[in-house]
Amino acid sequence: MDYLYAFLVGGGICVIGQILIDKTKMTSARILVLFVVVGCILGGLGIYQPLVDFAGAGATVPLPGFGNTLAKGVMYEVDQNGLIGALTGGFKASAAGITSAIVFAFLAALVFNPKEK
Amino acid sequence: MESSAKNKELYQDMVKKASPNSHIFKNCIKAFVVGGIICCIGQFITNYLKELGLTQNDTGIYTSSVLIFIAALMTGLGLYGKLGKFAGAGSIVPITGFSNSVASPAIEFKKEGFVTGLGAKIFIVAGPVILYGILTSVIVGIIYYFLK
Amino acid sequence: MAKHIGKQSVKFESKISVISTASTVGTKEGEGPLGQYFDVVLKDAVDGEDSWEKAESKIAKDNLSLAVKKAGLTMDDIEYIFSGDLLNQGTGSAYGIRDLKRPFFGLYGACSTFGESMCLGSVMIESGGASKVLVGASSHFCAAEKQFRFPLGLGTQRPLTSTWTVTGDGAAVLSKDGNAPFITGMTTGKIVDFGVTDANNMGAAMATAAADVILANFKDFGISPDYYDLIITGDLGYVGKDLTIDLLKKEGVDISKNYTDCGIEIYDRESQDTHSGGSGCACSAVTFSAYFFDKMKKGELNRILFVPTGALMSSTSVQQGESIPGIAHAVILENSFEEVI
Repeated sequence: MDYLYAFLVGGGICVIGQILIDKTKMTSARILVLFVVVGCILGGLGIYQPLVDFAGAGATVPLPGFGNTLAKGVMYEVDQNGLIGALTGGFKASAAGITSAIVFAFLAALVFNPKEK
Repeated sequence: MESSAKNKELYQDMVKKASPNSHIFKNCIKAFVVGGIICCIGQFITNYLKELGLTQNDTGIYTSSVLIFIAALMTGLGLYGKLGKFAGAGSIVPITGFSNSVASPAIEFKKEGFVTGLGAKIFIVAGPVILYGILTSVIVGIIYYFLK
Repeated sequence: MAKHIGKQSVKFESKISVISTASTVGTKEGEGPLGQYFDVVLKDAVDGEDSWEKAESKIAKDNLSLAVKKAGLTMDDIEYIFSGDLLNQGTGSAYGIRDLKRPFFGLYGACSTFGESMCLGSVMIESGGASKVLVGASSHFCAAEKQFRFPLGLGTQRPLTSTWTVTGDGAAVLSKDGNAPFITGMTTGKIVDFGVTDANNMGAAMATAAADVILANFKDFGISPDYYDLIITGDLGYVGKDLTIDLLKKEGVDISKNYTDCGIEIYDRESQDTHSGGSGCACSAVTFSAYFFDKMKKGELNRILFVPTGALMSSTSVQQGESIPGIAHAVILENSFEEVI
């Protein structure tokens, strides 16, 4: 059952992105920004976590899930360390994601050359 | 052929009529299926790691990293661009799309040098995501501090 | 001497012959409907170089040399080169042409550059300043994407109004002695801006400039569309072609019967997935050099109005919210010279 929910919710979030691309001519960069920011706000409001509990990877793999991770991280750090947590929580929570993206992108750039379409 | 304000307005209407719209329904189906499949792969990795006995937190980190690795590799092989052409938001919105947006400029701009090319341009697409994501998280943190 | 006609046109009085042309294209163009007409179809987009930009320069250099060779001349016979491309500061042309060691005017008219090269090359011959000039223009899909849009590996979808930048170089040798076809006149375009801001709909941005210069050509020479066997715009694609026809209909001129666009001719949009059509400096340059020049040589076309079109924006101007200004230059090519207009 968890695969079905992951598929439906994950696919559904992507459809929202697709409608935005086709209807508003937003570029992919803007979509990425919008989804992370919205995910972070929803996470802060405590609305996104129930979706994660329900759909698992269907809610964590799309970028709003990344935003939710930021919100969760920052609230956790504020709980632990007070106001200073607002400055440290975001990067702590997203450290693994951003660092793996940098590392694997760098390695890919070492190995591969640009390809024509 | 006066480019007066009125003619410009009339021309905008002409352009709208002459320009074909994207096949939004077909695009949405493709985005739904591909996005759903990517999430299922994520779910599969998560379930597998959980069985190995990893904590909830570690599972999340490993799942993201594996997906990011796969997407960076596919970008290097020229496959992710092709997937994106087919799937649109279906491959942009998942975390793999974030990975693609970091790996593709890294590869494209390495000819301009490791510092001024690859180094400076690696976040040309993903930079704004990190900037606004982190900014939002700081605001969320501050509000949370005062409201909790 | 050349005569200024009407408001923005010139009628040449000496015989300016197009004595040879050469075209080099990438694989996609080679697989298209005009594949058999091109002189050289490259095996890949880097052409033995290690970057798209270096490849474009090499393509420009090799193709310009080929045009000279096909004319039975050597590079020393060429008195001036007029050429341009889409890359920042015109490096696509400059780095290719630096090895040719000939006097060079680097031009920028965006995708209308080939028209600009032909016009200025003709003026140079008409003035007596040269007897043989080499004109050309180049573009490269990958280099253009990298500069104007996104890295090639980024997974994005192209809107249906977008066009595909042609990889290649088109070149021609103009001479004061030679056979048909001749460049007999030109109409220089004004910058026309009707407020289009969508960088994925260049056909719409340039159609107004094309319609404007075609209309000016008719007025200045006192002619109607049927004066030409064919009117050929540069890279408006399907969207821009329809708009150009509509714009001119509103002015009381119907060009729908004898009008086509190089961006439509060069690709098969169904099988090649090029959406609205081809674009880039090379689009009009290679389509003329390979296909329409051939048709004129065979006498299948005897009088054409060739109108390369360009969009004069940069990624910076688009990001700052500026609209996209269009430009187009019209070149009259005829097989017979005696015609008195």
